[in-house]
Amino acid sequence: MRASLNLRAGLVSLLILLVFGLAWHIAVSGTGPQQTLDPEYARLLGQTAVQGKSAMPGPVDVLAKIWSHAKDPFYDKGPNDKGIGIQLAYSIGRVLIGYSLAIMVALPLGFLIGMSPLMSKALDPFIQLMKPVSPLAWMPLALYTIKDSSISAVFVIFICSLWPMLINTAFGVASVRKEWVNVARTLEVGTFRRAFTVILPAAAPTIVTGMRISIGIAWLVIVAAEMLVGGTGIGYFVWNEWNNLSITNVITSILVIGLVGMLLDQALARVGRAVSFPE
Amino acid sequence: MSGSGSTPVNSDKFISIEGIARHFAAPGGGQTTVFRDIWFAIPKGEFVCMIGHSGCGKTTVLNILSGLDLPDEGVAVVDGRAIEGPSLDRAVIFQSHALLPWRTVLGNVAYAVSSKWRDWSRAKIEEHAKKFIEKVGLKGSEGKKPAQLSGGMKQRVGIARALSIEPKILLMDEPFSALDALTRGTLQDEVRRICLETGQTVFMITHDVDEAIYLADKIILMTNGPEAMVAEIVENPLPKDRDRNQIHKHPSFYAIRNHLIDFLVTRSKTFKNEIPPDYDRRKPPIVRPQAQPLPVPPPEANGRKVA
Repeated sequence: MRASLNLRAGLVSLLILLVFGLAWHIAVSGTGPQQTLDPEYARLLGQTAVQGKSAMPGPVDVLAKIWSHAKDPFYDKGPNDKGIGIQLAYSIGRVLIGYSLAIMVALPLGFLIGMSPLMSKALDPFIQLMKPVSPLAWMPLALYTIKDSSISAVFVIFICSLWPMLINTAFGVASVRKEWVNVARTLEVGTFRRAFTVILPAAAPTIVTGMRISIGIAWLVIVAAEMLVGGTGIGYFVWNEWNNLSITNVITSILVIGLVGMLLDQALARVGRAVSFPE
Repeated sequence: MSGSGSTPVNSDKFISIEGIARHFAAPGGGQTTVFRDIWFAIPKGEFVCMIGHSGCGKTTVLNILSGLDLPDEGVAVVDGRAIEGPSLDRAVIFQSHALLPWRTVLGNVAYAVSSKWRDWSRAKIEEHAKKFIEKVGLKGSEGKKPAQLSGGMKQRVGIARALSIEPKILLMDEPFSALDALTRGTLQDEVRRICLETGQTVFMITHDVDEAIYLADKIILMTNGPEAMVAEIVENPLPKDRDRNQIHKHPSFYAIRNHLIDFLVTRSKTFKNEIPPDYDRRKPPIVRPQAQPLPVPPPEANGRKVA
C-alpha cells in the first residue's frame, strides 16, 4: 500500500511539473511580429518589441542552459566568467567554514549554558538581543574590522549559524532526563565522562535539530551575503547574471541553490536519524 | 563481628540513620519539613522495606542513602562511614528503570561494570555483564535496545545493572510498582532468590503490603508527612524460607498483614496525636505481630489462641 502511495504521489508530482512547464512555455512564447518598425529603431528595441517574444526565457531555454552548465561546470575565464560549479564551490566552502566555526563555539558554550543555571541566566539577555538581528546587519562591522570581503561573508555565516545551535544545545543539555544523570552519579561517573556518555547522547537529537536549522539559515544567508560582497560565489553569480540580463542563468541558479540547500538539509536529517533513539 | 571498613562496625548497624531531617522550600515562602529526627538501623544481610503513604519522604530517605540527596540535619552512616555522596558500594534500582535508551541491554550493564572496574578490558567487562544478564533471565536479549523490551524486561536490566557492580547495599525505589501483577510476582521471586543467595543487604520502598511481607525481614512504618516519623519497626514473623504460594497459610500471616493495613489505613494518620508515652525517636518500637484472635477470624485461624 505504501509503495503504491509513493508511486501515485510521484505521478502527481510529474503531472504538476508538466502542467507548470507547459503553462510556462505558452506564457513566454512569442506572438509573432506585431508591427513594422524602422529597422534602426527595431534593433534598439530588441526582439521583444519586434517579434513579440517575451524576454522571459522558456523552460526549453533553461534546460538548455542547465545542460551547458552541466557539461562544463568548472571553467574559469576570468573574474566575471566562471563556471557555476566553481561559484557553488566557493559558496559551499564559505558556508562550511563559517558553520564549522559556529559548531566549535556553540556546542561548548551551549553545554556550559545548559549545565549551569547561573551562566544560563547571565548570558540570556545577550542571546535574546543578538538572536533577532539579521546576520547581514553585521556585514559593515565585519568589513570594517576584518577588511576582507570573503572572510566577512564567512563571519556572517558564523553569526547566523550560531544562534539555533547554541539555543538547541543549551536546551537539549538542560533537559536531559534527571534519572539518566542520577544513574551516572550513583555509578560515580566523573563530570567529564558523564558529559560524553550521558548528556551528549541524550541531548544529541536536540543538538542536531539545531544544526539542521542552522545549515538551512546559513545557506539562505550566503546568497544575500555574496550579493553584497561580490567577487565569487553563487550569490554573486546571480547578481552578476541579473546585471547581464541573463534571466536564464538567474533561473538556473535558483534551481541549483535549491538543490544544494536540499542536499545539505538531507545530510543533517540523516545525521539526526543516526543519533536519535526510541524511548 | 568483623567490620569490613577501617573502623570496626557493629554489624547490627551496617546502615545507621541517625537523626536525619530534610526540609524543602514550600510554595509561597517558608519551608516544609518532610521528616525530622529519623533514626533506624539495618543489620548486614537484612532485607528491609519501608512503607508509608505518598509524601512521607520515603523516596527522600532512599535518595539520602544513595547519596543523591543529603540530609539537612543528622547523618546516614554506612559501614562506619557517613554518606557524603553517591557511591558504587550502594546500587540503586530506580522505579522507572532509568535505562539509557541509546545503549543496548549489554551496553547498559557494561556501562555500570566499566564504571566500577575502570581498568578492566572490554572483553572482561562484557563477560561480567553477560553473567548478570543471564542471572536475571535475559540471555539472548543482550543486543536489544530498551525500547524493544517489555516493562518487566527493562526492570530486569535495571536489576542486572545494579547487581553487576556487586554493591554492599541494594536500594530499590518501588521497583515493581509500574509492572503488571504477574510480572511483578516473577520479579519478586527472582530478586528474593538472588538476594538470599548472596546475603545482600537491601533497603526497599514499597506501597504494596503483600510485597513487603513476602520479601522483607523487617518493615519500617512511616507516618504521614509532613513531619513524618518512624512509627515502629515490624519484624516479619514468617520463616526466612517462605514460599509465595504458601505464606498465606502461615498462622501469623494475617496478623502481620492486618497490622500493616491497619497502620496504613488509620494509624499512619493518627499516630502523631497519640504517641505512646515510652516512644523514643532514637529507638522506634519493634513489633512482632503473631497469630492471635482476629476481629473477624478467618476459618483456619479459629481456636488458635496464641498469646
